[in-house]
Amino acid sequence: MSFMLGITPWPAVSALLWIVLIIAPLYLVRGTAHKTIHAAAHGLHRSFRIASKAVSRSEKNLALRNRDVLLAAGREAKERIIEREFDRINETVRKDLANYSSLHRALSESIDSIEKDHQQAVDVPPDPPGWVKAVEAVAKMSAAEDRNSVGNILGDIHRSLNKAHKEAMSAYHAASGKRHQLLRRMRPGWRQIQQTLTKVGKSVDSLLSRSVTIDRHMQEYEDIVHGQDRAVSVLSSSSLVNFFVSAFVLCIAIGGATINFSLIARPMAEMVGGTSLIGNFRTADIAALVIILVEISMGLFLMESLRITRLFPVIGALPDKTRVRMIWITFSILFLLAGVEAGLAYMREVLLHDELATSALLRGDGGATATAQYMWITTAAQMGMGFILPFALTFVAIPLETFVHSLRTVVGLFAISLMRTLALALRLFGNVFLYLGVLFKQVYDIPLFVPLWLEERMNRAAETDGLMTRARQ
Amino acid sequence: MKKLILVALVAMLVACGGDAVPRNTGVFMLIDTSGTYTEEINKAEQIIRYTLSKLDATDSFAVARIDTGSFSEKDIVAKASFDDRPSAVNRQKRLFAEKISEFVKTASPAPYTDITGGLLQAVEFLNEKGTGKKTILIFSDLKEDLEEGYIRDIDVELEGFEVIALNVTKLRSDNMDPREYLGRLEAWQGRVEKTGGHWRVINDLDGLDGLL
Repeated sequence: MSFMLGITPWPAVSALLWIVLIIAPLYLVRGTAHKTIHAAAHGLHRSFRIASKAVSRSEKNLALRNRDVLLAAGREAKERIIEREFDRINETVRKDLANYSSLHRALSESIDSIEKDHQQAVDVPPDPPGWVKAVEAVAKMSAAEDRNSVGNILGDIHRSLNKAHKEAMSAYHAASGKRHQLLRRMRPGWRQIQQTLTKVGKSVDSLLSRSVTIDRHMQEYEDIVHGQDRAVSVLSSSSLVNFFVSAFVLCIAIGGATINFSLIARPMAEMVGGTSLIGNFRTADIAALVIILVEISMGLFLMESLRITRLFPVIGALPDKTRVRMIWITFSILFLLAGVEAGLAYMREVLLHDELATSALLRGDGGATATAQYMWITTAAQMGMGFILPFALTFVAIPLETFVHSLRTVVGLFAISLMRTLALALRLFGNVFLYLGVLFKQVYDIPLFVPLWLEERMNRAAETDGLMTRARQ
Repeated sequence: MKKLILVALVAMLVACGGDAVPRNTGVFMLIDTSGTYTEEINKAEQIIRYTLSKLDATDSFAVARIDTGSFSEKDIVAKASFDDRPSAVNRQKRLFAEKISEFVKTASPAPYTDITGGLLQAVEFLNEKGTGKKTILIFSDLKEDLEEGYIRDIDVELEGFEVIALNVTKLRSDNMDPREYLGRLEAWQGRVEKTGGHWRVINDLDGLDGLL
């Protein structure tokens, strides 16, 4: 600074001189400098805009692809659901309506039996009373005839009447009793008919409700096939839910696998040695891990063979006979491995006891192993866990499949939002550079305010002169 | 894809076939049985038990007594190279502890103290075992007293060894002139460090945590 101010004996003059020396070339190259700033700013602005557009295009392509993937996954899932519903209908029809002919026969038999009973139970009209004819005969008798004999006849009629009435009443009671008996016999038939019809009604209701469900699924399937936005939105949200739920379940499974690992890693040292290493890892740990991974693989194959999951289309496409064989083979391997794990868990407990006893001996503490009588509980628990966990891990296949399927969509969604943010940031940067160019131009002009002001004054004066000259002319 | 597999295989081979540096520990403990120091032998048993509890599979441990001529296999009371299997290790440890208990019961005082001979024996044993970490424990007052005719004016190669003096008790003469005690410690430290060894002294037997 002292050098700069010392170029003349007067510092103020020196400063002024420096200002003139700096401002003069700046003013002279102002046009070029402005152009350079403008070019640089616009160049960067354009580059960022182009990059932003490219990212936006990629994002749109990715969104389209993701949509396709989502729709394809949704279509596949819906097909499976509909297929399953049809299977259920088939099962209902097979189970309940397959014996429809026998039901029909039972109904017909019941109706025939009721009809027969009904016919037998028809009320037979009582015979016309025999005394009517006798009264007619008495009425036709002339007065000349003996009135006494009429009295006798009427007496006989009365007796006969009483007798006939008694017989008729007893016959009537017997007939009524028989009819009631017949009607009573009809009751089980009615009940059977009612039960049969209720059963048929239930089957039909079940079919109707299934058909309603299928209708709903079919509607959703059509929406998916037509690629409607509503269907995409529903699939997208359900995919996210599936992703998080399956991730949560997988975390639990990882916890289970870790416990399983700790159960067998220690006794595994008895088999492969406690100190040998592969890389930086203990061979015993690697062996334990391999066993667990083999168990999980067997579980996956078992689930695939049972057609619960569809991670490996090859297994699903196998002939049923081979598939069943595969089920038995994988289950047997899993069972054996579970047995091995239970054995290892037992061995772990034995080793632990041994180690505790040795430690107690080395510490000179003889009573440390006194609680060993209750240790069978932990041993049994460990063995149980060792046996159950491999089978429990089998079910990892289900959340794993969901996770894998939803992962594609979720990663796609994540990439889309990332690209969208990137495009926005690039566009923002482009604009920032554009306005920075304007700002730099203004900043460049700040020290040149004196010559610029003079230039403006001179221009204005020249304009005024020009106008005055033109006015005079 | 082929390249990827090849790279993975090479990485695995490098990881597996790298220079196999032994990670096990070898411990050789010398117990001074000369004169009145025999009274301290119970403490030595405690240290041995502690050491046993700290050692793991494939480690080596030997206990030898310091007597008139200690450069001899006959002075080794118990030795063991622990198996790779944990159950076998526990068995070996129990057996070792039993042998030591018997030795403690039957130990008799030796007329002379040949520490250097014991040190040579320890170095030979541990070098033969080829353990990754080599530790020599000297349970003694470090007062060497050689019988006439025994030559022990030898530099013991202790590169890579850690020598720990335990329970270095003060003698009556040390109490009268502490310089003697300090000089003795200094002399041993110099001897060990001269040939590349690492020297430590632990007199507080309650604080054995950093022993191994």
